[in-house]
Amino acid sequence: MLAVMFLLTATATARAEALVADLSSHLIAITTGFQGSELLLFGATDGDGDVVVLVRGPEEPLKVRRKDRIGGIWVNREEVTFEKVPVFFRMASNRPVGDFVPYALLSRHQLGLSFLEISAAAEESVAQAEMVSFRAALIRGKTREGLYAPGEGKVTFLGERLFRTNVVFPPNVPTGTYTIEVFLIRDGHVVGAQTTPLIVSKVGLGAEVFLFAHRHAAFYGILSVILAMLAGWLGAVAFRRV
Amino acid sequence: MQVYLPIAEISVNVFYLLGLGGLVGALSGLFGVGGGFLMTPFLIFTGIPPAVAVATEANQILGASVSGVFAHWRRSNVDFKMGFILLAGGLVGSSFGVWLFSVLRGFGQIDLVIALAYVVFLSVIGALMLVESGRAMFRHRRREAAQRKLHKHIWLHGLPLKTRFRKSKLYISALLPAGIGFFVGILAAIMGVGGGFVMVPAMIYLIGMPTSMVVGTSLFQIIFVTANVTILQAYYNQTVDAFLALLLLVGGVIGAQIGTRAGSFLRGEQLRGLLALVVLGVCARIFFDLVATPDDLFSLVSPTTSTASSGGR
Repeated sequence: MLAVMFLLTATATARAEALVADLSSHLIAITTGFQGSELLLFGATDGDGDVVVLVRGPEEPLKVRRKDRIGGIWVNREEVTFEKVPVFFRMASNRPVGDFVPYALLSRHQLGLSFLEISAAAEESVAQAEMVSFRAALIRGKTREGLYAPGEGKVTFLGERLFRTNVVFPPNVPTGTYTIEVFLIRDGHVVGAQTTPLIVSKVGLGAEVFLFAHRHAAFYGILSVILAMLAGWLGAVAFRRV
Repeated sequence: MQVYLPIAEISVNVFYLLGLGGLVGALSGLFGVGGGFLMTPFLIFTGIPPAVAVATEANQILGASVSGVFAHWRRSNVDFKMGFILLAGGLVGSSFGVWLFSVLRGFGQIDLVIALAYVVFLSVIGALMLVESGRAMFRHRRREAAQRKLHKHIWLHGLPLKTRFRKSKLYISALLPAGIGFFVGILAAIMGVGGGFVMVPAMIYLIGMPTSMVVGTSLFQIIFVTANVTILQAYYNQTVDAFLALLLLVGGVIGAQIGTRAGSFLRGEQLRGLLALVVLGVCARIFFDLVATPDDLFSLVSPTTSTASSGGR
C-alpha cells in the first residue's frame, strides 16, 4: 500500500524529471542471523523508453592468483592485482540491453560484466593475453561467490510508466556503500538517470565483535583467552563426577 | 539455525558447529588426544578460511585443555618444572610460528604450508600408530616380563644445563624439553593444533618421562602456548573468531564426556588402530585436494583481509 502511494507521488514528480526511482530501504543490516536480503526498486518514467538498473558495490583492490603444478602439487604461482574492483555487481533491464543500447553507451556506463572497467596495477608485467584470462578468472570467481550475476535481472513495467525490480543480496554480501543507478533509455540515448545510495553494514553483536577485534586487537585476544578458559573451567566443574 | 561468524565472515549452521565440536570432542575423549589436528581440517572443509580456522582452533584447544588439565591436576599428574621448561621453548616457538604465518600469508603460500604440514604429520603419525596398534593386537596376551630400566639415556640427555626433574625422576639437559617445546610451538601456530600428538610421543620416547606424567604435563603447557598463539594471532592477523571457538567448545566439552565413557568399552590397541585410520583418512583427503586438478586454477584474494575467498579445489 505504502509502495503504491510512493509510486503515485513518484508519477506526479516524474513530469518534471524523465525518471524517478527509489528503493524500499536504503540500509541492509547484516545481523547475527543474516541470510541475505531482497530489496524492491521502483520508479516511474515520463513516457516510453527502456529502463536499465545497475547495482554496484564499493571498489576494492583484488588479487587473482593462478596455480601451477609443481612436483605433482598445485601451488599458487603468478598473481595479478586489480586496482578497483566493485565487490558486487548486478544489472537488470526490461529487455536485453543488447537490443536497444548502442555499444558506445554500454561501454560508457559499464552496462554488463564485459564492460566493467577493472584494470591491473600499472606495474603488472603479465602479457596481454594472460591478462585476459586473469580478468575472466576474476569475473568467474566473483560469479561463483554469488557477488556478480552473469545475466540480467528483470525490470517489469506496471502499465506504461511504473516499473519495479527486485534486487537480491546473498548472505555473503560485502559491507560498504553501494550505488544504484537507474537509466531511462529512449532511441539509443540516456534521457534520464538517477543514482541512489545503499548502505550495507554489519549491525548488532557481530558488528561490535568485528570492530572490537580490529580496533583493540590485543585486548580482544586476551578476552578470547579468558572466555575460553572460563568455558573450559565450567566444563570441568560441570562434569566433575566422571 | 544459521549464525553469522563475525571474524570468519560467513554464516554457518549452529547445530552443525555444535555437532562438529561434539564429534571431535568425543574422538578426543575416546583417544585422549586434543583433536585440533582433526578439527582444523574439518573447519577448512566447512569453508572457514584456513587462516581463521587455524587461529580459532588455538583458542578452542586452550579451553579444552583447561577443562582436561583439572582431572590430571587432582591426581597430581603434572610435572610443573618440566612443564615450565617445555613452555619456555613453546612460547618462543609459537611466537616465531605466528610471525612465520604472517610472512607466508603475505606470499600467498600459507594454505599450501598448512596443507603440507598436515599431510606430513598426519601420514607419519597415522602410519606409526597403525603399525604399533597392529603389533599390539598380534601379541596381546603375551606379556613382556622383561624389566625395563627407568629410561634409556641417549646423547640428547647429556647436553649442557642438566637439571633434576623430581616428579618425572629424571636428570637430563633442560635444552631437550626446551627444544621440543620450541618445535611444537611452531606447529601450534602454523597448524592450529595443540601439538599433543607430537608432544606426547616426544615426551615418552625422547625425554623418557613416565607415561602417567605425560598427558597432564603436556596439557599444562598447551594451555599457555595456545593462549600465546591466540593473543598473537588476534593482534597481528585478526583471525581469532571467539564466537566460533565458544560454539565448538560447548560441543567439545559434552562430546569429550561421551567419548571418555565409550572408551571404557574398547581395548586400547583397538582404539589406537581406529584413531590411526581416522588420521590417515583426513590425511588422504588433504593430500587429494593438493594433487587433484582444481576446478578453477585461479583464486581471488582480497589484499585487505588476505584470506582466500574463492577458488576450486
